[in-house]
Amino acid sequence: MEPLSWTGSIAILNPILMIALAALIVSIVIWIIGSIVLPETPVSVNIDGTISAGNGLRGLTQKALRYSFIACVVLALAYIVLGILMGTSAGIIGAISQQFLPVWLSLIILFAMSIAFKRRLGLYGKLFDSPIGMIGFGLVMFWVFTGIFGALDLIVTHDPLVQVSGMKNKVPGTPLPSPEEGEYAWYLLGGDNLARDVFSRMVKGAWIVVQIAPLATMFAFMVGITLGLPAGYYGGRLDTFLSFLANLILAFPVILLFYLLVTPEIVATGVPNYMAAVLFIFPILFIGVLLNSRYYTRPNFRTPLLIGVLGLALWLYLSLISTGGYVINTDDYSIWGLPTFLDLFDIPGGILVVFVSVVFVNSPTVFRIVRGLALDIKTRDYVAAAQTRGEGPWYIMLWEILPNARGPLIVDFCLRIGYTTILLGTLGFFGLGLPPESPDWGSTINEGRKLLSIYLHPALPPAFALLSLVLGLNLLADGLREESLKD
Amino acid sequence: MGLFILRRFGVMLLTALCLTFVVFFLTNLYPNLEKLAKTQGNQRMSDEQVETWLENRGYLQPTLVKYGQWLGVLPGFSKTLDDGTFLGTCTRPGSTEETTPRYCGVLQGDWGYSTVFKDEVGKIVGTRLGNTGYLMFWVLVLMVPSALLVGVLAGMREGSALDRSLSTFSIITTATPEYVSGVIFIAIFTSSTVGLKWFKGTATSAMDNPTFENFFLPVLTISLYGMGYIARMTRASMTEVMTAQYIRTARLKGVSFGNIVMKHALRNALIAPFTVIMLQFPWLLNGVVIVETLFNYKGFGWALVQAAGNNDIQLLLAISVVSVFVVLFTQLISDIGYVYLNPRIRIS
Repeated sequence: MEPLSWTGSIAILNPILMIALAALIVSIVIWIIGSIVLPETPVSVNIDGTISAGNGLRGLTQKALRYSFIACVVLALAYIVLGILMGTSAGIIGAISQQFLPVWLSLIILFAMSIAFKRRLGLYGKLFDSPIGMIGFGLVMFWVFTGIFGALDLIVTHDPLVQVSGMKNKVPGTPLPSPEEGEYAWYLLGGDNLARDVFSRMVKGAWIVVQIAPLATMFAFMVGITLGLPAGYYGGRLDTFLSFLANLILAFPVILLFYLLVTPEIVATGVPNYMAAVLFIFPILFIGVLLNSRYYTRPNFRTPLLIGVLGLALWLYLSLISTGGYVINTDDYSIWGLPTFLDLFDIPGGILVVFVSVVFVNSPTVFRIVRGLALDIKTRDYVAAAQTRGEGPWYIMLWEILPNARGPLIVDFCLRIGYTTILLGTLGFFGLGLPPESPDWGSTINEGRKLLSIYLHPALPPAFALLSLVLGLNLLADGLREESLKD
Repeated sequence: MGLFILRRFGVMLLTALCLTFVVFFLTNLYPNLEKLAKTQGNQRMSDEQVETWLENRGYLQPTLVKYGQWLGVLPGFSKTLDDGTFLGTCTRPGSTEETTPRYCGVLQGDWGYSTVFKDEVGKIVGTRLGNTGYLMFWVLVLMVPSALLVGVLAGMREGSALDRSLSTFSIITTATPEYVSGVIFIAIFTSSTVGLKWFKGTATSAMDNPTFENFFLPVLTISLYGMGYIARMTRASMTEVMTAQYIRTARLKGVSFGNIVMKHALRNALIAPFTVIMLQFPWLLNGVVIVETLFNYKGFGWALVQAAGNNDIQLLLAISVVSVFVVLFTQLISDIGYVYLNPRIRIS
């Protein structure tokens, strides 16, 4: 097998892309300078009283920017489309875009459907009015689909944990020395220092992030909302106490906390299990209070609903915190949990401790945001109206205040997923929690950085992957903020 | 105001006590002590030997007693073994039963003895903080002015070309954690593959002889991540000020745009970023740990990683006290400074 070059037979496009990129950069610079130096666009008043703006030099710079940008996008699309059609004969780029085919298809379907029905989709639909939000959403969904299809073994070319002899630190596009029948014949992004495929590890790493980050953020939000609403609404002693606790956790340097919590020794003592047992009860409380405060006037409907929902939630809770029949299982003592035949899923201790500490670190910030919003909103007239109607405090908190605080909370949710992704990367970077061979991005960057001055390819793909996902989440949050402010 | 500061100091002390107790509790859990015994004594000790080792050094007393000893409100633990060796929490290599003080805690000014570095904790933290302080100084010198400049330029004319490009820049920097940007910088500027080799990939030599070549990359890596956030806050504050009534008045009476920005808007727009900069310190602390590990610069963050990795209890406690005080002190400064900068707010 021949080693693959980056672009293979579509290399003719390279000089065109270079020209287009150069044009884009030059036109951006001219656009910026032009916005300062050049005069405003001339405005002329027509005879019928309307005003029309001329193009002027500024319009010219904008036009140049737009066309060079479109040229770049078209060329990038050409690389991808030609890559999908030609596969490995279009080099590494072609092979990678062919591997990502399910992701491209899902993205196209998702965007087509969303844009077609955007008027009926509320805030989500409005996102497609803002280009920034659309770019961010595209980046995020790219990694979400990559994670999902990667977990289904659709994109990966090799097993991310298997070492192939002779592939140690090989550059991107190196063919396998003796590929078996049906095995992918190249390491598309090269091999790392243990001769594993960098491309497959990057794809598998996306699944770890996509699994943990949104879920951990959601739990942090449940904890923060359940504690922050009463703190802001009632105020007084409760507020002082809870705020002190939140500030206590916030005063801890995050990395010190991780180093103290996320070690095998701490996992052995069962501390994370206790924390999980406490932190994961908040969603149940939240759901229970949410439904009860809404339907307590209709006991006939409320009681079966609560029994059903809380029963299911409790079952999930118990199977989440118990492993192998125990809630806590240390050498000295153990606490019985759900019997194994009822246990839906087991979470390995390493993942659980990562999850718990990420939730623990994030929830005080959410608490502070929710508390601030509750303090602000509780002075509004509709809250006073609900109080006059004789609604209970929890009804007011969860059904009057919370829905009205959703805008800032949704925006912060996006930002916080990004922050959680960064935290997960930090954990991996310091080799905490996840097993050392795990393909998550932080661990891969940490392994790759040791040989960085000689081999770039093992560290850079996960670094750029993490960068683009967090960037996407930030852009998405920006787009959402812009659109929710328009209301 | 005096009462306010006093109360804040009280809260600060209480927070520091709570936090050090949490650290103390976590580091004194039995599996951690076992690890300590095995690294300090012998990797192949049996369970009984580990227990005797810990017993002899006073690690198996109740946690509250040990915490009191660390604070210096309870007398230190001491024991003479059968073979005549004198052990205790207050002993140092070479000290005998007579020269050992009865109390040795934080209140006596004794921060303890590091089991990893085999040295006084106070001395280690001092030198490491010196190194990190130098790094932080240059980070602030680079980060604050450039962030304010970016923010003010972007917020000056909302929606202009300059605003959009600078905002994109600051979003990208906030989305790039230190371990990503550091790796990218090392790859581009120091590796032999790209071949630029403008800077050095490690900052180890910068501890004795800091030069632009070996010190710029760590400084840039930390500053970039913090910069984006400050710039965005400055931009938000600047755009808000630029839509205020008095700016419109100034504009209508014919003040030039430069004068409006410099004389009318800037001072009001810089109140909010001041708070943000002060509240950035906890994040900078994180950045310091990552960058010092990445560039192998032996400062405070590096010491934290070493102490935590080896369960060096007393060094870890000293480090957490220092970092908690940095965090709480900057919060206090930000609150006080906010009151002074903004005459509309008065703390009663």
